[in-house]
Amino acid sequence: MRRIPLIPYLLILPGLVFLAAFTHFPALLAFWQSLHSTPRGRRPATWTGADNYAAMLADPVLMKVLWNSAIYAAATIPASIVLAFVMALWVNGRMPGRAFVRLAYFTPTILPMVAAANIWLFFYTPGFGLLDQVLSGLFGLPSTNWLGSDRSALWAVIVVAVWKEAGFFMIFYLAGFQAVPPALAEAARIEGCGRWTYVRRVLIPLVAPTTLFIAVNALINAFRVVDHIFIMTLGGPNNATNLLLFHIWETGFKYWDTAQASTLTILLLVILAAVAAVQFRLLERRTYYR
Amino acid sequence: MVKIDNVCKHWPRSTTAAVNGLSLTVEKGTLVTLLGPSGCGKSTTLRLIAGLDLPTSGRIEIDGRDVTSVAPEARGVSMVFQNYALFPHLSVRDNILFGLQVRRTPKAEQALRLAEAADLLGLADLLDRRPAALSGGQQQRVALGRAVVARKPILLMDEPLSNLDALLRQEMRHELRALQRKLGLTVLFVTHDQAEAMSMADRIVLMKDGRIVQEDAPADLYARPRHAFAARFIGAPAMNLMPLEPGPDGPVVAGTDFAPGAPDGATQFGVRPEALRPAAQGLPVIVESQDYLGAETLALCRAGTTRIALRLPSASAPLPGTRLALGWAPEDAHFFRADDRRIEPAGATSMARAAPRTLIPNMEH
Ligand SMILES: Nc1ncnc2c1ncn2[C@@H]1O[C@H](COP(=O)(O)OP(=O)(O)O)[C@@H](O)[C@H]1O
Ligand SMILES: [Mg+2]
Repeated sequence: MRRIPLIPYLLILPGLVFLAAFTHFPALLAFWQSLHSTPRGRRPATWTGADNYAAMLADPVLMKVLWNSAIYAAATIPASIVLAFVMALWVNGRMPGRAFVRLAYFTPTILPMVAAANIWLFFYTPGFGLLDQVLSGLFGLPSTNWLGSDRSALWAVIVVAVWKEAGFFMIFYLAGFQAVPPALAEAARIEGCGRWTYVRRVLIPLVAPTTLFIAVNALINAFRVVDHIFIMTLGGPNNATNLLLFHIWETGFKYWDTAQASTLTILLLVILAAVAAVQFRLLERRTYYR
Repeated sequence: MVKIDNVCKHWPRSTTAAVNGLSLTVEKGTLVTLLGPSGCGKSTTLRLIAGLDLPTSGRIEIDGRDVTSVAPEARGVSMVFQNYALFPHLSVRDNILFGLQVRRTPKAEQALRLAEAADLLGLADLLDRRPAALSGGQQQRVALGRAVVARKPILLMDEPLSNLDALLRQEMRHELRALQRKLGLTVLFVTHDQAEAMSMADRIVLMKDGRIVQEDAPADLYARPRHAFAARFIGAPAMNLMPLEPGPDGPVVAGTDFAPGAPDGATQFGVRPEALRPAAQGLPVIVESQDYLGAETLALCRAGTTRIALRLPSASAPLPGTRLALGWAPEDAHFFRADDRRIEPAGATSMARAAPRTLIPNMEH
């Protein structure tokens, strides 16, 4: 009989235990709960089949939440990537005090999201917040309730997310730029290639793997990080800033509808799995130049 | 024509100058090599001419125009980098045409020049490949192609052959030389390999510590090194250099009583391994070991306090332990002062001029 090697399994055991206990088991449990009613008082959970899913899809709030999440992702991902790239370009050049500027750009990343949200809460305060003071002081505009208005609230939290993420992604671009041999820029220069042409024709294609990596992270974060919603808006006003993960929390822990929350969790898992599948396809096709 | 006048380059946070008062003229249509040990400022010099870095002081002229602070693309130079600096994401075609595309040269003109360059360098079948799918020699050709299609009159090359294996390097030397002659290019070529410099160059600029030690045609550099450093650097194996000490009838080779006829002020006596021959009378040596090279053998001998090499046909190589007397032709004796500068024996200058050495042994050509 072939002996099964024991050591490799022992080595992955700790990781496997934690992964199973805190990821796989909860996911399966959520799926199980999504097929049952929420237990209340002395009434235990009963099998309801796909009823929770039907209720979820009929919920107009969910449609609003999905729409918000889509806008949130579609805005934060490209904006933070472009900003990160531009900042990295700027900080990568030879300039005095560049270590300081790098640190300044990176600071939002070190800050916990809750702290960042509190800072921005002050910026956005109507009347005496930084933003209003600057706008009314310099341009004489009337005071605006950035977080309290349906039209601006989502964009206000998007700005916070971009501000928080761009510095982090900049570090990856800086690392990506380091991997491009300086001789390429010099060869391009001798050929009469301007700076912008160099960025467009050489630098952007060469850091494409970095861009893909950052895009994957940005996409995951767009669904994963909702801390600032808790501090700034609690999903309001009128669900204007309600994002999927916040909605799950709200359903589960504010309305104590654990079955519905489990159903929403499964929806989130399906969305993330679909995203992951696309990512892996892209990663497989990604070009290795060296 | 490239003219450099008293150029200095101090890198920030460096105590010594990378290039220290360099003056040099490269005539139109010639191939000049900058030769010297690693760190002597060859690349820096080339980069100053290309405009990739600016000199701390001094003046650079190209074809009579002062370009000291002109942008690289406006200097009329193209450059081949040591690691070729090919764009890894572009095909061979786009790599070669990169400059023309950037400068918006008309498409028809681009196609014409591409075809010409591909034909010249044997790249026609590789145009759609990426650099990663090419051998070192092919990458080298693409880099050359990119430089050639620009049709700039001056080509700068920084150790372009040092990443190739020995056989390919030999081949590329000849190809490069042929290309330079065919296109009438003015080439400034950096290398640390003296054999490469000797076999390719019209003139060699030998550098050390940011200064020019000697600038000469290869044959003159070999036959009349003006500095002990040049004597040691040119030729493989290097010239034997023996310290001199005072003797009863003038200076003698240290540790012997042999007087090589040194002029006043000479402290070192040099003679090349290939110029030494066993003779009836001469410098007394003991053979210590042998280095077999095939057709020839290097006999390593002790001459007084110094070890010297003697290069002979393998058939007549002396065995270790043999005592020999060595002789040489008068023009093969070189003397250097304490400051390493050459010093001519009395009357030797006129003799050297009367009978120039036309045959240089042991040069790879
Ligand atoms: N970008 C740079 N910054 C600072 N010092 C440099 C730089 N490039 C070269 N040097 C220094 O200048 C000297 C000459 O270098 P280089 O011209 O590259 O020599 P070579 O090409 O002959 O080997 C060396 O001491 C090197 O350390
Ligand atoms: Mg160099």
